[in-house]
Amino acid sequence: MKPRHLVIAFIVALAAAWGLLSPFTITLLCYIGLYALVAIGLVLLTGVGGMTSFGQAAFVGLGAYATAWICSSPEAASWLGFLPKGLYPWVGLLLGLVVTALIAWGLGAITLRLSGHYLPLGTIAWGLSLYYIFGNMPALGGFTGIGGLPPLELFGFSLATPQALGPVIWAVLLLAIWALDNLLDSREGRAIRALKSGRLMAESMGVDTSRQRIKLFVVAALLAAVSGWLYAHMQRFINPTPFNLNIGIEYLFMAVVGGAGHLWGAVLGATLITLLKEELQDWLPQLLGASGNFEVIVFGLLMLLVLQRAADGLWPLLAGFTRRVLKMSPDKRTLAPAGEVRLDHHALPPKGEQVLQAQKVTKRFAGLVANNEVDMDVRAGEVHALIGPNGAGKSTFFNMISGVDDPTEGQVRLKTRDMKGKPSRAFAALGLGRTFQHVRLLGERSVLDNVALGAHQRGHKGWVASMLRLDRAEEAAVLAEAMRQIERCGLGAVADTPAASLPLGQQRIVEIARALAGQPAVLLLDEPAAGLRHLEKQHLAELLGQLREEGLAILVVEHDMEFVMNLADRITVLEFGTVIAHGSPTEVQANPRVIAAYLGGDL
Amino acid sequence: MDVQIALMLAQDGIVNGAIYALMAFALVLVFSVTRVIFIPQGEFVAYAALAMAALQTGKLPPILWLLGVLAVLTLVVEAVRHARGLEVDWRSTLVWAVLLPALAAGLLAMKPEHMLLQVLAVLLLVTPMGPLVYRLAYRPLADATVLILLIVSVALHLALVGLGLYFFGAEGSRTAPFLDTRWDIGGLMVSGQSVVIVGATVVLVLAMYFFFERTIIGKALRATAINRVGARLMGIPTALSGDLSFALAALIGAVSGLLIAPVTTIYYDTGFLIGLKGFVAAIVGGMHSYPLALAGAVLVGQLESFSSFWASAFKEVIVFTMIIPVLWWRSLNTHHVEDEE
Repeated sequence: MKPRHLVIAFIVALAAAWGLLSPFTITLLCYIGLYALVAIGLVLLTGVGGMTSFGQAAFVGLGAYATAWICSSPEAASWLGFLPKGLYPWVGLLLGLVVTALIAWGLGAITLRLSGHYLPLGTIAWGLSLYYIFGNMPALGGFTGIGGLPPLELFGFSLATPQALGPVIWAVLLLAIWALDNLLDSREGRAIRALKSGRLMAESMGVDTSRQRIKLFVVAALLAAVSGWLYAHMQRFINPTPFNLNIGIEYLFMAVVGGAGHLWGAVLGATLITLLKEELQDWLPQLLGASGNFEVIVFGLLMLLVLQRAADGLWPLLAGFTRRVLKMSPDKRTLAPAGEVRLDHHALPPKGEQVLQAQKVTKRFAGLVANNEVDMDVRAGEVHALIGPNGAGKSTFFNMISGVDDPTEGQVRLKTRDMKGKPSRAFAALGLGRTFQHVRLLGERSVLDNVALGAHQRGHKGWVASMLRLDRAEEAAVLAEAMRQIERCGLGAVADTPAASLPLGQQRIVEIARALAGQPAVLLLDEPAAGLRHLEKQHLAELLGQLREEGLAILVVEHDMEFVMNLADRITVLEFGTVIAHGSPTEVQANPRVIAAYLGGDL
Repeated sequence: MDVQIALMLAQDGIVNGAIYALMAFALVLVFSVTRVIFIPQGEFVAYAALAMAALQTGKLPPILWLLGVLAVLTLVVEAVRHARGLEVDWRSTLVWAVLLPALAAGLLAMKPEHMLLQVLAVLLLVTPMGPLVYRLAYRPLADATVLILLIVSVALHLALVGLGLYFFGAEGSRTAPFLDTRWDIGGLMVSGQSVVIVGATVVLVLAMYFFFERTIIGKALRATAINRVGARLMGIPTALSGDLSFALAALIGAVSGLLIAPVTTIYYDTGFLIGLKGFVAAIVGGMHSYPLALAGAVLVGQLESFSSFWASAFKEVIVFTMIIPVLWWRSLNTHHVEDEE
């Protein structure tokens, strides 16, 4: 038994039972489907992408009002006179999607470059504003709304009743889940998952994080708009109330209670909250002896409890339980043999050529000079080590030559190009691979997934191709390349293990494999030997020696002197932000200023 | 529009702006110290205003029960923590969960007639709710991301608004003004209450400035805002700074509620909109700068007041969409990716 079979069984059961259910249950199922459609968008945003929105109800409203306006306003009718009436809802859908995409893109473009909490704050303002706009526009019926909307028609069938429309709603929902599930299991999906655990790492792998975040927000908004369109033609009447901020918050509850990291959690959450609301609205006012929306008290407290006690929501609990009871094995991923597709390949510069240059790089933080006119270069086919006591400015310098920060003065050139003001992903695109001093891996994902992220910028299949499974050949090539680097680094045995379960030393090697999957011309390693055992250090030194032979330019920041002195061709020593020595290991070891810097004492 | 009307609108804008400034200060304070985006801030405003209204009609403010429940829950939680061998600061727990609620209950039971005693009773009633809510809702998630804390805030907001509806009902209330005089200054009518509002805001801002600049506790809070880990290593307990910043936020909220209750009718859900306008102001200050937040609050107040004259149906739309250009302006200054936790 596999999870896939359970999904099929669920769909078959739903379809078989459809004719037998009471009209009330059918209507409830329609609402659950509509809400789940919005909630899966929020799962994508919140659980996977690490953002959130309280304004999804407003996007539902856009979808609903767009079609309501097209179907009811005399102006729209005069423009669309050439079309048969039955097509108006489809024009409405198109209008809703276009307007939603434009607004979501605009909101995203403005807020998503900033820290993560500005988007949700923006969506609160947006959700409130749209409610007042809907309510105050006479053309949209004001607070009373618009009635008399036509039912949908599909191939001549009228979808006027919930019995007829329900299957369409659920088909749309299941299709959306299928497409999003495909998306998450692809090159773009890895990039989306990387957004959550810090954007710096994703950018260094060549991912345009702002763009990915905007796309994610737009897709979630479009799902909401489709739900609104279906809602308008099911209810045949709309007013601003169901698109209020409170309902937007309820959608988020569905996603979080169900399990914000799991697409099916949205369906579970939508079901639970819808049923609970139905019940609470019945007996809470009786219990409290007053009328009002008291269910929000229960929802709020329930949400608090879930976040404190089961932060991943209820879906993982349910899934774990089912897996134990039915003794299910997970759907195992088989690595397809890489076919004809080849990933992008850079030609490596000839040995001895300067690949990365820093010229008079100075960085000031207010009064503090962290780097003072640092000159340095890394050449193809050599290992260059950057050493210095703690606080010498190595990390600051490392940030400057990897696009994390801009120098105050001076120049950084990568493959002869001036990199002033360029983001890390531009460095990655030109062939710079790097690791991090504090390991940055997606802990819950497998080693293979983590390393495959490194090959992100060597593939090209986008969101739509991934959703429709048109990316399989390229994906196989990416995974094959990742596997090749994993085996080369000696991690073959742990390829399917979650990265966080490896010891720290091995996690550092995973980072190197990830950098290599990007086929870099220059490799920046931040303390790669820290936490490694003696034998592992030897293996690492051998690997780096081999990469040097292949013509890579390698820069190592390292504290382990034995490791550095045996491996490096050249060494640069920093102290208090200034280069105090430069040369071969023997020259540097004999330099009195270096000895003084490390051991103290006067010159 | 003539000068007369413009001056009147500007005066309204300043009075409202003063309240938004207080909101914004509380929000910036809580966010910088605890990383919590405190959406329920506005609920304290409504609670205080409605509690005052209840007192003035000779009734016991029903949210005293809410305070009692919060206090008991907190005591239970701390006792469980104690039983599990975790360190519990009983002294502060007793202040927030026993001493202040007991004082509030005692004072309220006396049904004070004098306005200053009523004010004191309401402040005693609302202020301990801040730290109690912090301990119950946020402290177990102190290490969560800003995003999760924000979702917690929204959940808490819903629960508190729902409770507000239950305790106070759907009708709005107004309270008696603190100062019932009016002055005619060159044709412009200035009400005593608006002078009280602006005056109280100025006093509160100066008091906060003094607190943060001159007292050791204020400096500890500032240190925590700048570097949480560093402050902890220097012996400033995270829990203390959480308690204090939430108590201050609740106190500021309560004062704001008392100040505007004589000017506008307050409903159980009015606080949310007031708090959100404070947010718009706080966002102008990037959620960390007090002076910029103050400027933002004045701007929000003026915008609201003038748009209520020109396009009153779209007043809220105009105020809330103001954050779009503000955020756009802020995003222009970032070209490297900010790394988040």
